[in-house]
Amino acid sequence: MQLSDLQVGQVVAEKTYEITRDSLVRYAGASGDFNPIHYRDDVAVSVGLPGVLAHGMLTMGLSVQPVVEWIGDSAKIVDYGVRFTKPVVVPKDSPAEISVVATIAAIDSESNKARVDLSSSFDGQTVLGKAQVWVQF
Amino acid sequence: MVNPNIQGKKYPRTAPYVVGREKVREFARAVMAGQEALDLELAHQNGHSDLVAPPTFPVVVQEQSLALVINDPEAQLDFSRVVHGEQRFVYQRPIVAGDVLTSELSVAGIKTLAGNHMVTFETEIYDAANQLVCTAISTLVVRGE
Repeated sequence: MQLSDLQVGQVVAEKTYEITRDSLVRYAGASGDFNPIHYRDDVAVSVGLPGVLAHGMLTMGLSVQPVVEWIGDSAKIVDYGVRFTKPVVVPKDSPAEISVVATIAAIDSESNKARVDLSSSFDGQTVLGKAQVWVQF
Repeated sequence: MVNPNIQGKKYPRTAPYVVGREKVREFARAVMAGQEALDLELAHQNGHSDLVAPPTFPVVVQEQSLALVINDPEAQLDFSRVVHGEQRFVYQRPIVAGDVLTSELSVAGIKTLAGNHMVTFETEIYDAANQLVCTAISTLVVRGE
C-alpha cells in the first residue's frame, strides 16, 4: 500500500469492540492504572459518576487498533492524539460497545504521511474528539 | 486543586524502565490489539529487533513521571478531582521490547476555565543512549470544589 493509493474521505478501517468489566481489570493490570472508579461501583458513585467508567486510555488505546491492523505495523504511527469528550460507562453484567471508523483526513505527499481521523462512538455518541493519527508511509 | 506556581517546573528524570516483551504482549492484549502485535516473527520481518509496543504504551512510562507530581507537596494536585482531558504521543521512533526508557516531565501550562484547572504536562521519554523516543503530552482537568 502506498500513499498515492489513498484519497481524502476514504474509510480505511472499521471495527466494533466490546468492553466488559473484565476488560477494565485487564487494562488496569497492564497499564498500572488502578483507580477504583474503573472497577468499583460504590467508589464511582461516591465521586458523582454515573457508574464504573472505562479508562480513557483504554478507549484511546483500542480506537487506534483498526489503523494498526490496516497498516500492519504500529511503528508507522508517528503521532496520535485525542480529546476525551464523553465517559464510557461499563455496566456490571453487559458489555459497552465502542464502534470505531477510521477515515483518511489529509495527505501530505511531501513528508509521505497521511492523517487518519478516528470516530469512536458509544451509545450513538462520540467519545473521542479530535482523534488524529499520523501514519508515515 | 493545583498550585499555579508549578507552571514551568521540571521534575527529575525517572529510574530506567525496561520494556519487557511479555509486558508489551500483555498491554497489546489489554488494548485489544490484533494477533500481529503479538507476533515476534512479523516484527522481525518488518525490520524491528523485537515486538513493537502499541501506540499508547508510553502512558506506562508517563505514569512514573506523573507519580512525581502527585507526590510533590508543592504541586497540591488533588488527584481524586482529576479527569483526563487530552492525550497525545509524538514519536521520534517506535518503542521496541528491550528498550530501557527514562522520562522527564515538565509542567507546560496551567489554565483556569469555568472554575476548573487544566494542567498540561509534557513528558519526554529517552532511550538508553539518551535519544528522545517519544513526547507524551497530557492535559488533566482538575475539577473545582
